[in-house]
Amino acid sequence: MPTPLSQIFHLYSRLGFGISYAEAKLLQQKTLTEIVNNLIVSSSIPTYLNDIKKEDIPNRKDAMEEGMNKKEFQQLVNEKLQELNIAWVKKIISTKSNLVEKQTLFWHNHFACRIRDPFAMQELNNIHRKFAFGSFRDLLVEVSKSPAMILYLNNQQNKKQHPNENFAREVMELFTLGRGNYTENDIKEAARAFTGWTINKDTRDFEFKEKQHDADEKIIFNQKGNFGGEDVINMLISNKQTAYYITKKMYKYYVNETINEERVKQLADFYYQNQYNTGALIKKIVTSAWFFDGENMGCNIKSPIDYLVGLSRQFSITYSNYKLIFQLQRNLGMQLFFPPNVAGWPGGKLFIDSSTLLLRMKLPSALLNNSELEVAEKIDDPDDQAKEYIFTNKKLETEVNWTPILEETKGLEFDKLLKIYLLKQPLLKVINKIKSDTALGQKEMILKIVSLPEYSLA
Amino acid sequence: MNRRNFIKTSSLASGYFMLPGFLKPLQNIVTLPAQKNLVVIQFSGGNDWLNTIVPFNNDLYFKKRPHIGLKNDKITLLEKDLALNNVLLPIKEFYDNGELSIVNNVGYPNPDRSHFRSMDIWHTASDSNQILQSGWLGRYLDTSCKFSYEAIEVDNYLSLALKGKTLNGLAVKNINQLYKEVKTPYFNDLVSVINDDILSEDNQGYLYKTLIETQSSVGYIYEKNKIISNNFTYPNTEIGNQLKNIANFISSEITTKVYYVSLGGFDTHAGQVDKQNKVLSQYAEAVATFIKNLKELNKWDDTLIFTFSEFGRRVEENASTGTDHGTAGNVFLFGKNLKKKGIVNQAPDLTNLDNGDLKYSVDFRSIYKDILQNWLQTDATKIVSANVNPFDII
Repeated sequence: MPTPLSQIFHLYSRLGFGISYAEAKLLQQKTLTEIVNNLIVSSSIPTYLNDIKKEDIPNRKDAMEEGMNKKEFQQLVNEKLQELNIAWVKKIISTKSNLVEKQTLFWHNHFACRIRDPFAMQELNNIHRKFAFGSFRDLLVEVSKSPAMILYLNNQQNKKQHPNENFAREVMELFTLGRGNYTENDIKEAARAFTGWTINKDTRDFEFKEKQHDADEKIIFNQKGNFGGEDVINMLISNKQTAYYITKKMYKYYVNETINEERVKQLADFYYQNQYNTGALIKKIVTSAWFFDGENMGCNIKSPIDYLVGLSRQFSITYSNYKLIFQLQRNLGMQLFFPPNVAGWPGGKLFIDSSTLLLRMKLPSALLNNSELEVAEKIDDPDDQAKEYIFTNKKLETEVNWTPILEETKGLEFDKLLKIYLLKQPLLKVINKIKSDTALGQKEMILKIVSLPEYSLA
Repeated sequence: MNRRNFIKTSSLASGYFMLPGFLKPLQNIVTLPAQKNLVVIQFSGGNDWLNTIVPFNNDLYFKKRPHIGLKNDKITLLEKDLALNNVLLPIKEFYDNGELSIVNNVGYPNPDRSHFRSMDIWHTASDSNQILQSGWLGRYLDTSCKFSYEAIEVDNYLSLALKGKTLNGLAVKNINQLYKEVKTPYFNDLVSVINDDILSEDNQGYLYKTLIETQSSVGYIYEKNKIISNNFTYPNTEIGNQLKNIANFISSEITTKVYYVSLGGFDTHAGQVDKQNKVLSQYAEAVATFIKNLKELNKWDDTLIFTFSEFGRRVEENASTGTDHGTAGNVFLFGKNLKKKGIVNQAPDLTNLDNGDLKYSVDFRSIYKDILQNWLQTDATKIVSANVNPFDII
């Protein structure tokens, strides 16, 4: 029994970054279970980002001593961060391990981090990838010990004599429990437990400095003990609220921004009972009958990455200048490795304002058909307050081979094309208006379809 | 405004701008009374106000801040034992001539030290333990305006502060770019067939609603703005460029009442002094230029500038010559006819702290109410529910 195309498109938009019509047609002969299993199996052995080498970036002090000036050093960091960003985007566009990159992106947003250390940022990203489907507890431990997060949340300054609460606060508020499930005192005491979790200056790896650690008694979540950092993490994990908090976020990501409280609770129980095995939770979600319910299809707003990567994959866009993709992410409101703050990108409707919606609607003709588009030229330092905006009107240096696309969609009627490219159908009036232009060729029709607001729905 | 009315008015507006010039009698007939403008400048990250308006005469200040405390050569005396960080000297002339009010100890009960939460509280004007989904200026749009362009954020993103329940403000980083994007036959086609039956509450409806609003608003601003040429030289910083854009909008006499910008870089957990001074000096130079420009344009009398941050920072410095998240802080109000000028209330009390943090004495929502009631001339109680009286300095 062939699988309906609509289900394949839905599945690949949620568990991946979209699929071309040709690939979707090939999959049709398989059963839904086979397709789901393929998606999971093909993601089981991730490959890691390794474009940035530790030795590429000397630490700042060494660089200065070797005669590099401040500006040159900044420039180097900027270039490497951009290189890292592009490496990941390229990977997401070309990967066959759809699901692992999709879940890595989830963790990238959940454990949002933004520091000017490209190697540390890459390694944090690899942690997200390594534990994408693994135990959330192990992931949390690794993230908490990652130099990137230690730097970002000031834990290298968290010492017995002067505790710094930044990490302790965010680990509860954003990484595990969510607001309202801890007290200010829990934070103060937990900060003490994480004292001494720092970075070795020479190796730039994690180091536990016993001298800086406060080994005295603490009271956290009404428990008394000489707790250390891992003890706090275990307490957070044993609190069911953590399972609920993560599951709710996963449900919004994979199923529907509007949650079904009953389902989320059941899934959270499942996640908790399965020792926070994230892969098991994803499988549970996609094999639930309601996953393909009409109300869960085409209901979410694509993130800028889903939008950009989806378009690139669906039309096999060749980029001759990947810096373009780096800049476009920023213009669309989501630049990988540059989250707005530790809470990550708020997502959903908040990705859409007047500017970003218009850009989404203009991009297809620019990327797929070489029409001109204004793109901010200056691309180096997103942290630089003194940035200038220089706009140039230029072609986007992309290429699309339309021949196979037109071949495989040959003879398909407008209504059928709509179903191939959109996960949510436009209202009849809109369809009729676009259809009424009978002079349109096949290519122009496709371009119009993917320029519709509905192309932003997943 | 309900949806039906919104569509009627906004499609009227978009149709209006497609008319050739000679068919636009309204433009000539309607001469509006001098309109009040509010410019909000947000310091993102939690500004260390104690190193901004410095209690230099208080021994505790240096005791708690042996490394980052600003010594005499870095500050300039104002009054009441408070001094100005010298990087802010460009704005001192407005203090001297009574066009700046500095309010001390502004905060709210049960302060939250998380950036996001505290910023949300300031954006939504909620209580500390209350979650609101709309911003105070968004609700001003809801209750007192018709179009999204009546509140403009000069940025790529729209802050929660400008998101209402029924109407959102408009994010305009670059009006010329934006105009080109909306002015295509394809957009016109789409907008021409949409009416309110498509505007469901789901994401699809939201996308189309955004599209309609944008088209009509952008067309309006662009038409008004394109004839403006402003040769005033601004500092070449992001905040400088943003304020120059606002000066242009104001001089174009669009009916926008609220302008919003934010300036980042205030989360100074480590190595604070240089970092903070850099952003504060960018702010001061840009604001001073902006005010001079508005004076030259004859728009200063109708403009109020409000500056805030989501919280101040802890009184005691941390071990990394920075400061951690704190509570109460200052707000700045620049304007022509302020009722109280200069430093308007008691300097912060460094002896009476709450867990190492300053106690607030002025609820920020009383300042919001003052702005809404006495500057934007609207019913503040419909927008800010907190039971506080307007601060009464405007």
